[in-house]
Amino acid sequence: MTTSPADQTSLEQVAPIVEIRAMHKWYGDFHVLSDINLTVQSGERIVICGPSGSGKSTLIRCINRLEEHQRGQIIVNGIELTKDIKNIEKIRTEVGMVFQHFNLFPHLTILENLTLGPIWVRKTPRKEAEEIALQYLDKVHIAEQARKYPGQLSGGQQQRVAIARSLCMNPKLMLFDEPTSALDPEMIKEVLDVMIDLAKEGMTMIVVTHEMGFAKSVADRVMFMDYGEIVEQNKPQEFFDNPQHERTKLFLSQIL
Amino acid sequence: MKKNLTAEQSGNGKVAFWRDPDKRALFFQFMALLIVGGVSYYLFANTQANLARQSIATGFGFLQKEASFEIAESIIPYSAADTYARALLVGALNTIKVAFVGIILTTILGTIIGIARLSTNWLISELAAGFIEVMQNIPVLLQLFFWYALFYEAFPSPRQALHPFAGIFICNRGLIFAIPQAHAAYPAMGIALLAVVIGGWFLNKWSHKRLDLTGKMFPAFRVTLAAAILLPLLVWLAFGAPTAMNMPQLRGFNFSGGLTVSPEFTALLMGLVLYTSAFVAEIVRAGIQSIGRGQIEAAMAIGLRPGRVLQLVVLPQALRVIVPPLTSQMLNLTKNSTLAVAIGYADFVAVTNTTINQTGQAIEGVALIMVVYLFFSLSTSLFMNWYNKRTALVER
Amino acid sequence: MTTQAPSKRAYLKPPVTEVGVLGWLRSNLFNTWYNSLLTIFVIALLAWLLPPLIRWGFIDSLWNSSAEACRETDGACWSVIPNNIRFIIFGFFPSGQEWRPTLAMVLLIGMVIYSRDRSRWKRSLLVLWAINLVVMGVLMHGGIFGMPSVDTAQWSGLPLTLMLSFFGMVAAYPFGVLLALGRRSDLPAIKTLCVIYIEMIRGVPLISLLFMSSVMFPLFLPEGVTIDKVLRAQIAIILFTAAYIAEVVRGGLQAIPKGQYEAADSLGLNYRQSMRLIILPQALKIVIPPTVGILLSAFKDTSLVVIIALYDVLKTTKVALSNPLWTGYSTEAYIFLALLYFVFCYAMSSYSRKLEKELHTEH
Repeated sequence: MTTSPADQTSLEQVAPIVEIRAMHKWYGDFHVLSDINLTVQSGERIVICGPSGSGKSTLIRCINRLEEHQRGQIIVNGIELTKDIKNIEKIRTEVGMVFQHFNLFPHLTILENLTLGPIWVRKTPRKEAEEIALQYLDKVHIAEQARKYPGQLSGGQQQRVAIARSLCMNPKLMLFDEPTSALDPEMIKEVLDVMIDLAKEGMTMIVVTHEMGFAKSVADRVMFMDYGEIVEQNKPQEFFDNPQHERTKLFLSQIL
Repeated sequence: MKKNLTAEQSGNGKVAFWRDPDKRALFFQFMALLIVGGVSYYLFANTQANLARQSIATGFGFLQKEASFEIAESIIPYSAADTYARALLVGALNTIKVAFVGIILTTILGTIIGIARLSTNWLISELAAGFIEVMQNIPVLLQLFFWYALFYEAFPSPRQALHPFAGIFICNRGLIFAIPQAHAAYPAMGIALLAVVIGGWFLNKWSHKRLDLTGKMFPAFRVTLAAAILLPLLVWLAFGAPTAMNMPQLRGFNFSGGLTVSPEFTALLMGLVLYTSAFVAEIVRAGIQSIGRGQIEAAMAIGLRPGRVLQLVVLPQALRVIVPPLTSQMLNLTKNSTLAVAIGYADFVAVTNTTINQTGQAIEGVALIMVVYLFFSLSTSLFMNWYNKRTALVER
Repeated sequence: MTTQAPSKRAYLKPPVTEVGVLGWLRSNLFNTWYNSLLTIFVIALLAWLLPPLIRWGFIDSLWNSSAEACRETDGACWSVIPNNIRFIIFGFFPSGQEWRPTLAMVLLIGMVIYSRDRSRWKRSLLVLWAINLVVMGVLMHGGIFGMPSVDTAQWSGLPLTLMLSFFGMVAAYPFGVLLALGRRSDLPAIKTLCVIYIEMIRGVPLISLLFMSSVMFPLFLPEGVTIDKVLRAQIAIILFTAAYIAEVVRGGLQAIPKGQYEAADSLGLNYRQSMRLIILPQALKIVIPPTVGILLSAFKDTSLVVIIALYDVLKTTKVALSNPLWTGYSTEAYIFLALLYFVFCYAMSSYSRKLEKELHTEH
């Protein structure tokens, strides 16, 4: 057993929830992520933006090991991600993820979708799990849909269920992978509102999104990625008003 | 959380092996191979011991011995004095014969019934549906027994043979047809037809090329069709238009002359064709229905004539859906032809079965059957892969 | 778009030719000239074929006569069935004990019918099945409660057919699912073993496996150990059916989007949990229609055990027909059997259609 450098330097402080050091990832010959360094403190809200194919989704999928990195270190909640299965399961229990295409389980009711993780992973008694699930459904404003199936809900409702499903696991960190990209314009707001509420309650969030309004109002830090690198990161005010790099300027000029 | 940080921290190389997916994978695979290997070895050792005890020689040496059993029908000359190898070859050829004829008839009948199922004519469509339901829900072996029994019990002996048309006799010894008397004209006609087919293939290529270059169409198909009828006819006339027929004659208790199709072959063929064509009909129906109305409307909106709509838009798409399951039905037909053994048609399995009973070479016999049918199956799936690759839609 | 209010429009009745019997005939049988021609041709064909068939099957036929009386008639001799029904259905089961297989079959079919309703698919149903299977086994085998013991070699006829099919399907299904999971596995050795097994079995005809079970299998066992012939055939049927189930289930697994696997992973479910709770319930549901197709074939294929001389219902029928009294009436007996098989198969396929519809409308 080795002790990590993080351990020695910051024993008194609150440990960062995510720490990525010199991480690289390849798909075959293609270098998707190059020398990524990122520290996320508990309670921090980070928005990652960048053109498609820049590796931003891959980066957050590495954090709960949906993708495997080849070099460098990723430490989540004090546990380093290695091939150790038990550690991976432990990390996934603590990290919630919301997908672009919701990925609700179509064969289960909304309530069953929400209680699945707590019952099977956290070993919560069913009754308790259902109570918690109903609380979270209430929080995302769809408690009345609990007995329906995902296919009967609109996209925006489905995405709010997906957020509630992650919250039921009581995660320390939430990852959002373009949560509004697959939604019709009128549904984007209802999902963003839920996310803003969540941010106000102090949830640690890493959000990949093109919603710059959301970034401005909620983020503590905005990161711009291109060609698998973190090109620039800054406070939202600075990032939007005074981008440092040419690539950032170009990107912002295209989407704003 | 802070406290267990060191405990959870571990380098990439130092994971306990039951928590390391790579090592776990190796372990599971090793166990699987060990179990399979162990069981195989156990069975192999038992077999060796049993064979030694019963003093059965292993190996395929028996193939060169004299078969000393008769086979009722054969494409190639065969007698009981020939070797087991030749007997097996006779069986294999009989399998190919019934499969080949069966596949052609099944495709035709299945297509007709599939289209009939979609007919706007209520009577036709319901009859087709009834046929499909009945055929699919009765075991093919029972159907074989039925047709075979019908032959023996419902049809008269050769002396009272049914004689519906001149030159055809139906009796419990089979169907007996009159065939043209052998004459040099017939092989020549065959060659002429082959020449037309080859010529037509080149003509088709040429007409496509011309269409690409000049935009002018050439009715290659119709020209080939006309030639396919006219050229053999001309050859026949050139040889003096022979019309002599080899008529079946009743001699004693049986017919001589003509062409006899045995009841076993007929029953097997009828059973296989009727059973399989019910499945083919469903495949054809599904294939045609898979083409959206929009496709046909779009093609007509461009101004294509109905024939061209069928040729250029409907068929290419329908075939892509139809051909793969159709091939597997053809394979099923071939595999079901092994049921020949139950009604005494000398197919490959029936001959092998006799061989096993005579020589006791069970392992070699069953292995031969498996190898032969695996060969059929693998070549079919190779074809299917090739076809799927060729016709695959290019999609993102 | 019409501006006229519907109430002001005069409602006309459609022409007579569009509605009623006439309209139906017109639009379904005589809508085009070639359809009219076809209709007339088919009706003529039926008029030519049906009367002699009806005369043979119903008018000139004998339903419960002696074999001698049958020789006198031109019609069908259905008498062959009632006169041999005991042997056709029960085969060599000791006479006087027929109530035992009858009760066992009634229990089996009753349980199947009871299980049709999906609201009854609970753990208690499994317990009920287990109890019933034990009862059926006791009924068939006897040896206790004063029932004379009946050797499996005497199990024959319809009970044998139903037993081979039922256990063939029930055992092949889970085995097939495991094979499909193995084929989709990341572990190369396990994947290869599964691929070889599935492709080998699917490449050869069932008959070769049955031959294997009857002539080769005895050689595999150590000296002095024998396995019952019926059980060997049963194993061959299970091994064969499982390979086909595996291919069907693999299709279902492939149809599940990657997002479902990822969502399950990101909740922290392990492999077993995500397969059991997320992937298999969806995959198996998608493939219900082809699965029923495979199970139907398995049911029909049990008739092949005739070839290795097991006395299933087809074989007992053949034996009954080999009695010189009744030779010559195979057609009638086979039609009866065909009807029997048809009823079972049709019930299965129509249930699958119903189930498919139910599951389809569910979400």
